[in-house]
Amino acid sequence: MRPILFILQKEFLQIFRNKAMLPIIFVLPIIQLLVLSFAATFEVKNTPMSLIDEDGSTTARLLVERFEASGYFSVVHRSIDSAEADEAMQRGDARIILHIPIDFERDLRQTGAAPVQLILDAEDGATAGVVQAYAGRIIATFNRDIQVDFGVPEPDAQPIIDVIISHWYNPELKYQYYMVPGILVLLVTMIGTFLSAMNVVREKEIGTIEQLNVTPMRKGHFIIGKLLPLWILSLVELAAGIVVARVVFHVPFLGNLWLVFGLAGLYLVGMLGLGLWISTITDTQQQAMFIAWFIMVVFILMSGLFTPIESMPLWAQKLTLLNPIAYFIEIMRRVLLKGAGFSAVQEQFWALVAFAVILVTLAVRQYRKVSA
Amino acid sequence: MNAFWGLLTKEFYHILRDRRTLLILFGMPVIQLLLFGFAIRNEVNDTHLLLIDESGDYVTQAIESELLASPYFESAGQQTSMRGVERAFQEGRAKEAIVFEPDFAHRLAHEGVAHVQVLTDASDPNMASTILAYTSSILQDVQRRLATGPAAGVRVVPIVRMRYNPELKSVNLFVPGLIALILMLVCALMTSITITREKEVGTMEVLLVSPLKPVQIIVGKVIPYLVISIAIVGVVLALAHFVFRVPMRGSLVLLMLECLLFITCALSLGILISTRSNSQQAAMMLSLAGLLLPTVILSGFIFPVASMPQALQMVSHIVPAKWFLIIVRGIMIKGVPFVDIWQETLVLAGMTVFFLAVSVKNFDDRVA
Repeated sequence: MRPILFILQKEFLQIFRNKAMLPIIFVLPIIQLLVLSFAATFEVKNTPMSLIDEDGSTTARLLVERFEASGYFSVVHRSIDSAEADEAMQRGDARIILHIPIDFERDLRQTGAAPVQLILDAEDGATAGVVQAYAGRIIATFNRDIQVDFGVPEPDAQPIIDVIISHWYNPELKYQYYMVPGILVLLVTMIGTFLSAMNVVREKEIGTIEQLNVTPMRKGHFIIGKLLPLWILSLVELAAGIVVARVVFHVPFLGNLWLVFGLAGLYLVGMLGLGLWISTITDTQQQAMFIAWFIMVVFILMSGLFTPIESMPLWAQKLTLLNPIAYFIEIMRRVLLKGAGFSAVQEQFWALVAFAVILVTLAVRQYRKVSA
Repeated sequence: MNAFWGLLTKEFYHILRDRRTLLILFGMPVIQLLLFGFAIRNEVNDTHLLLIDESGDYVTQAIESELLASPYFESAGQQTSMRGVERAFQEGRAKEAIVFEPDFAHRLAHEGVAHVQVLTDASDPNMASTILAYTSSILQDVQRRLATGPAAGVRVVPIVRMRYNPELKSVNLFVPGLIALILMLVCALMTSITITREKEVGTMEVLLVSPLKPVQIIVGKVIPYLVISIAIVGVVLALAHFVFRVPMRGSLVLLMLECLLFITCALSLGILISTRSNSQQAAMMLSLAGLLLPTVILSGFIFPVASMPQALQMVSHIVPAKWFLIIVRGIMIKGVPFVDIWQETLVLAGMTVFFLAVSVKNFDDRVA
């Protein structure tokens, strides 16, 4: 046991003595959690709109007012020339053009239907889809409300399907509630994996690994001594992140925090094992970092953090079965947001166990005290 | 000049000899582009839908088959209790549940109103509101068909046109972002590491006492990465064009020049980081945590900048990738000429000059 204590002491000393790294390890992740959680939203507000109102009637004005009052659109540019509006869109000043043609009100009165043209800048397809949905909703409400003004008789006793909506777990549809647990996972993972990936290879690069190799310490002790400090560090980081999520973002945590930490501990064993394995197969920190980063980017993109896994094609969904980050994000969301108990995350639990066993075994087998 | 060539050759050898890194350097953009192009989607399809149908009459069955026939939903089976819904949501087996009240058709016919409850798993709010919109539009359709007599009334009919990207392909949006991300990584991360590495292992001193001027050392370190970056941009653009058919509406020459400017900007940022940090570890964590996540999230790569809170929009102004993305999307997808993007170009150029000036000052301080 003694050798482990010594190497633990050495590792902690090294971490806390390094004044350049301390803020990077502790402050940066928290800042990122704050910034990224506010930034990561698909909600679109104040879309700049270019208006071409050729009609100029009261009804047309009412329609435009509806758009502005919704908070989703703001008219930044008015003209009666569509070339001018096109230019505004090309410059990026306007994202949507609302074109109300001449005789809009008259057509509405005489034929019962009048077209308006909506031209969207679909450069960003996802946003354009969202904006289109907003616009569609505004026009639908407008249609319902103008019936009386146009003297349409009340429909007599048509059957109505009354839809009662309830959004569970997040009634106000706050996107942050969804993103915060995911981003937390990301930050803890990055710190843990990158630090462990660089740790051993750093000793190799500056030559101190030889000194460690000639000590009577056993291989197992060495690995435990190397990983334990990072494991503790990452869990502390997670705790800090959870406090921030609770205090700043008021994310409602329904689940059991002990369950979260227990599973996080298990998950971190696997990820630290991955980092250690990377550092045993590389020779320089540059290489190690690069490989770690590469693996991480693929894992993150395929984790369901930003885009839902359900939307991926089937083969890609199958690939995510090999992705530990995807499991842990799922766990965090289920337990924290939906209050799931252990039985609801069993599958994920066993997957994490498998990852931990495989990755640590790989790392331990790869590590040799004798340099080739 | 001879010594400079020597240094340059040494640097190229360093990089070319490290096969593993080189493989990743070129393999990564390709894999990422393929992933983004084929696997990563924002659209919502085949959502698992749970049904609680205590009525089981012809109206509810008509609604059910209508919902399941649409491309948006897939059955996750029948349930009888709310407890079962909770369970299914927690285990991720369903995202939405629809509860019909008993005697649905009867009430609809005799009382004129029948209630249906739509429950969504709103832990993902984006998905919840999207599937709710699909559900209500299908329910409205059914209601309209049940209505007897002509549905009279006046209505405004929106005619929607999606300009620049009518199929709403997400890959069009991701390619420019990916170029920015990879260039940031290769240029800023790799240069900052390679320079701090010389410091850490002590060979920087050796280089400094050589007849080379400090500027030459830095330039020599940076040029190989410049070459690699340009090659990578070429590979990514070729893939985007030939595999994913991303349009190239503007001038290719202009695009390459802008890329060159962004590469220079990222390289100078890398140099700046390396002058500020003494260990590779610090340099890496700084570029990684300080540059990569902001480049992904604050630049408009995935999340639109316009949706962010005002304060963050201000912050996003200092992210070089944000400006670069506006430029690249403008050129590739909208085909804008230079006059429409000169301001963004100027901002990038200004940032580059600033980074270089600060690094030169730092570097001098250290040597002196």
